[in-house]
Amino acid sequence: MDLWFILGAVLKMAFILGVALLFYAPVFVLFERRQSAFMQDRLGPYMGGIKMPAALMERLPTLQYGGFASAIGAALTALLAAVMIALGDASEPALFFLPFSWGTLFLLAAIGAPVQYVGAKVLPHLFYRDRLNIFGGLHALFDALKAFTKEDIIPPHADKFLYAIAPILAMIPAFSLGAVVPFGPDVHFDWLFDQLPEGGAISGPVAHLQVASLNIGILYIFALGGAGVISAAIAGYSSDNKFALLGGIRAASQMVSYEVTLGLSLVGCFMLFGTLRLEEMVAWQMDHAFLGILPGWGIFYQPLAFVLFFTASMAEYKRIPFDVPEGESEIVAGYFLEYSSGKWLMWMISEFLEIAVSSMVIATIFLGGWDVPGLTQSGWRAFGYRFDLSGTNWAFLSEIANSHLFVTLVSIVAFLAKAFVLGVLSLQVRWTLPRFRYDQIMQLCWKILLPLSLLNVLVTGVAILLFS
Amino acid sequence: MATYKIQKPGRTFGEQAYLPETVKGLAQTFARIYTNLLGPEEKQKTATVRYPDEVREYPERFRGVHRLTHREDGSSRCVACLCCSTACPAQCIYIEPAEYEEGDPQFGYERYPKVFMIDELRCIFCGYCVEACPVDAIRMDTGVHVPASHRREDFLFDKETLLSIPARDGSYVTANPRLEPGDPGHPGLDREHHKEH
Repeated sequence: MDLWFILGAVLKMAFILGVALLFYAPVFVLFERRQSAFMQDRLGPYMGGIKMPAALMERLPTLQYGGFASAIGAALTALLAAVMIALGDASEPALFFLPFSWGTLFLLAAIGAPVQYVGAKVLPHLFYRDRLNIFGGLHALFDALKAFTKEDIIPPHADKFLYAIAPILAMIPAFSLGAVVPFGPDVHFDWLFDQLPEGGAISGPVAHLQVASLNIGILYIFALGGAGVISAAIAGYSSDNKFALLGGIRAASQMVSYEVTLGLSLVGCFMLFGTLRLEEMVAWQMDHAFLGILPGWGIFYQPLAFVLFFTASMAEYKRIPFDVPEGESEIVAGYFLEYSSGKWLMWMISEFLEIAVSSMVIATIFLGGWDVPGLTQSGWRAFGYRFDLSGTNWAFLSEIANSHLFVTLVSIVAFLAKAFVLGVLSLQVRWTLPRFRYDQIMQLCWKILLPLSLLNVLVTGVAILLFS
Repeated sequence: MATYKIQKPGRTFGEQAYLPETVKGLAQTFARIYTNLLGPEEKQKTATVRYPDEVREYPERFRGVHRLTHREDGSSRCVACLCCSTACPAQCIYIEPAEYEEGDPQFGYERYPKVFMIDELRCIFCGYCVEACPVDAIRMDTGVHVPASHRREDFLFDKETLLSIPARDGSYVTANPRLEPGDPGHPGLDREHHKEH
């Protein structure tokens, strides 16, 4: 265990936690608030913001014309090129700093159009009147700050130690689940600006983009996910409130029940992938194209397992429509009813972190992790053709696109985007479906999801025996 | 005789399975978000009024903050009869009546309010004072509510303040005519002062 290993681990932890805490959590909070508002024909909380200097706000409309300018520039370039072609001068690499070709025009137009679109459509939404509100995101931020500065009340007859420790216990699984999630391919430091070879051993130092590569990876996730029940039960017990106690009991029974389905629904995936390590699952999915065309993601091989696992993880993390532990129409706020200020904020943060991390896990197992269709470790490749422009004026484009660094970055962004889409989907479910009754939840778990996941195991086993 | 078989509402297997219905619901909510966020303006159904910046106009008969109507010379039409303060269930109107000076045409016929004060915090905006007023001197047709303030004193509206609040159309008078002493049809000051016209 040398210094580099420790430094790398710290950096990777910082990345995972940073992305989850500083990107997913706030963006999901923002989405949750405004998404629900828009589907109910409201605007939602959006007006809080930072006052901008008047000079900037006056120039704001003109900023949008920057996009127009680039679109006009693209058009002018096209005109110039047409003139050059007409004069028979087209072979000269003369246009600005870029070598001239039809590709240049396309590139300029392709850059100009989105810039113009963003300028006209997105920029105005960042502001409301004279304040910067970032689609209402600053309002959510101010709400969090406000909650943090409120009085922290501990009920007089509460068990003070357990009461204080419960939200911390809720944060621990949410934080530590990210440890086994691989968020990108291996990074080979000697090859950063070169193209990686197709296969074989690769020389030089290497970093795995995963905090801990455990051989029991997915079991670790189950174990920590199941530990969430402790915090809810403790919070409900220690609050000295009957509603909170009811919420804690409901949470405990629900989470224990769904833990079973959560594990069994993935057994089919283990049988298929032949491993419990998440990074090897991703590698398997990259290697096995589905029916030759589609990417070999788990969702295509195990669609039923995807639905089952998505549902079970929603129930496991007590999210709507499985939120009877905190059902506010019945037991006010359930197990965190008595919490206020920073402790309440910790419950909220852990909830949104759980959404983020469980989305990451689902993206890893069912959506191929960092896999992008057509992207191999040595660059872009689809239907047997490589993206290779060497020998033309455009060699630098394919050199950049196929370089190890670019491939790695695209993979990481793809992984984060997949997790983001899943998170937004689960938030959308949250605002679309009404809450299930308690007996319906138990029925769904024991009478439907559990037999279906066992059936999935059976069918997968038969299929593996038949086809391999 | 034609018979109609009424289909009883029941659940199909697809509905019972819940998953297709969930997808349908998600499509519905996504479509709604898209329309309200990025769709054409005329299809957006957003009902929110951005309150401090946009104000929805009150209905015509909205009882807003009080105003005292003017005579032609700009003084108050109020004759200090105390009908409004008597009718007021919240007892928020305080009036100190005073006599006109000797020689004034109104002297001996009507009085005027030396102090006319309404506690707008105590007022319940029932409009009884407007109904009670025999000379159309107090009205609530201003169309605005009492402006917010941090101090209680700011809600004690005195005579000058009430006189300075215009009606919704910007005028300070009312459409009801007022007959001054000497006008044709004026009933006269009293039996002693009554003049034949």
